[in-house]
Amino acid sequence: MNRIEKVMRRIKENKEKAFIPYFMAGDGGLEALQQRIIFLEETGATAIEIGIPFSDPVADGPVIQAAGIRALQEGTTLKAVIQTIAGVRPIVHVPLIIMTYMNPIIAYGIEKFIEDSCHAGIDGLILPDLPIEEETMVTSLAEKFGIEIIRLVTLTSPLERIREISSKGKGFIYAVTINGITGARSRFDEEAVEHLKRVKSVSTLPVFAGFGISTPSHVEEMIHYCDGVIVGSKIVEFFSENNLSAIKELIRAAKIKRTIKQ
Amino acid sequence: MKAYSLPDERGHYGMYGGKFVPETLMQAIVELEAAFKKAMEDDQFKGELQVLLKDYVGRETPLYFAKRLTKYANGAKIYLKREDLNHTGAHKINNSLGQALLATRMGKKKVVAETGAGQHGVATATACALLNLDCIIFMGAEDIRRQQLNVFRMELLGAKVISVNTGSATLKDAVNEALRYWVSNVEDTHYILGSVMGPHPFPMIVRDFQSVIGMETRLQYLEKEGSLPEAVVACIGGGSNAMGMFYPFINDESVRLYGVEAAGFGLETNKHAASLTKGSPGILHGAFMYLLQDPYGQIQEAHSISAGLDYPGVGPEHSYLKDIGRVQYESITDKEALDALKLLSQLEGIIPALESAHAVAYAFKLAQTMNADEGLVVCLSGRGDKDMATVRANLGGEEK
Ligand SMILES: Cc1ncc(COP(=O)(O)O)c(C=O)c1O
Repeated sequence: MNRIEKVMRRIKENKEKAFIPYFMAGDGGLEALQQRIIFLEETGATAIEIGIPFSDPVADGPVIQAAGIRALQEGTTLKAVIQTIAGVRPIVHVPLIIMTYMNPIIAYGIEKFIEDSCHAGIDGLILPDLPIEEETMVTSLAEKFGIEIIRLVTLTSPLERIREISSKGKGFIYAVTINGITGARSRFDEEAVEHLKRVKSVSTLPVFAGFGISTPSHVEEMIHYCDGVIVGSKIVEFFSENNLSAIKELIRAAKIKRTIKQ
Repeated sequence: MKAYSLPDERGHYGMYGGKFVPETLMQAIVELEAAFKKAMEDDQFKGELQVLLKDYVGRETPLYFAKRLTKYANGAKIYLKREDLNHTGAHKINNSLGQALLATRMGKKKVVAETGAGQHGVATATACALLNLDCIIFMGAEDIRRQQLNVFRMELLGAKVISVNTGSATLKDAVNEALRYWVSNVEDTHYILGSVMGPHPFPMIVRDFQSVIGMETRLQYLEKEGSLPEAVVACIGGGSNAMGMFYPFINDESVRLYGVEAAGFGLETNKHAASLTKGSPGILHGAFMYLLQDPYGQIQEAHSISAGLDYPGVGPEHSYLKDIGRVQYESITDKEALDALKLLSQLEGIIPALESAHAVAYAFKLAQTMNADEGLVVCLSGRGDKDMATVRANLGGEEK
């Protein structure tokens, strides 16, 4: 069974909440990629989402855009990221999920990418510019190699569509809590909570909330209405400031019970 | 040959096109497609648009026989489809007005758009002023610097122009920012994309609104010559004037179609915008299409003397038409375009936009290889007023 499915089963059985940090591969160099994966697992991350830099990231706000530019300036390539992950995989147990736009994968070769990802121990993919209408170009291969596609639902997705999207996956569903791009928000309106309730009501999968969540109090607020939270821009920012204790505080806010088997 | 009917119901042109957008936008583009289909079957909508195109834009535009240019080329007869005579000076208004009218029908009060040269921005700001819509235009900081007067025009028309500093600070980055803005304001805002690119249904909507160019041309040419032209030539940025010109001729197998990309400093340099000639397929701005990209799938900067051709991709339908060989794609350098601009100015008293000058340059070469009893039409997509500073800076030395 895929690591993501195993972890989802565990959090359900133990009634745990989940926390998934996101950061940009290659921001700070590839050594930082290894160190950060290890650090985040030790700090209690349920799974780790690793961004691949792309020149034109339309779903991302300024913080992640800037991290992507730094990573590209470091010469980061998808191939090097996969190799680096393969190197650290033997000592890391949490699921590792790649988040990338389609074009770097197409340039790499979709089939080769899925195959190499599988061998590197990558468990899932988040593809923000691949809606379900277009996903067959990836899904059949992903299924063959046991890689989970994590799909997004948003405030604008009709209920029927949310149901359809959740029925396709096995891991979890990523509920985007704002109309907009990634990046810190000062507060959430009731719409976000309503949205999470709506998604929870039809989803057969665990529901994780993300986009805009940036403080421990956001985490505490949101986690009531979902099974876990995903934090990106703020983690990226804290890593670039080397503020590791702030990252620990964020993860702690999700009150995860530490049950990772070593 | 089977009659051409693309895109398919999923918005694909062969392997190209599609809707590669964030989930937040899916509902908006689904609604847009439905609204567009309904509007195009509604006589009232079509009537309203037709009246505006006639009385406001000044259509139909003339199909002009360029007698002196023809004589100079000493080959096929050269006709110019005078899109430069449209209100606001280019073909862009055909699309902006159509989409702005559609936006009002959909109950949207706000419009967002990207612009490179500023022509699409000016056309959109104009349509929004006319139809009382709020208008926000994203424009690369580099383009703002190059096209100061167009920025002033947009602001005068009541639009808000936002400078984009990300990436290369040109058209592709302005599209990124417009998409980001749309994701964040999708509920009350319509995005008026300026060319036959982006996610379905945009390439189809823009083509259909621009098809008035080819439909008029076809009738006008038949009336003047009693036959169809042997060849039709248009420049390619994103590809909207070309698609609008070609589409009504696609099933006429005898009509050869030529799309002209910008070769910038030359195809052998890295400074060009020839996505079809030198690029490879990939996904950008919501569509699968030919792109200028590095081996890792990072998008590269395009270069052209004309800001309107300075885009590292090209519409999905052109990508398809290249692969099936229905349209032949050629390219013209900065220098050749400047020469053509000068030539047309001096022989015909028509100063073309630098974009259109690429089509003129190729048509001039093509005409020389054809017979005197044959004819070709060039889409003169815009007038050159906006380019005078650039042209002056480039010709300055040798012209004194
Ligand atoms: C006069 C003119 N022609 C051509 C173009 C290129 O766009 P497209 O290829 O969509 O016609 C532009 C774009 O700004 C333009 O202003």
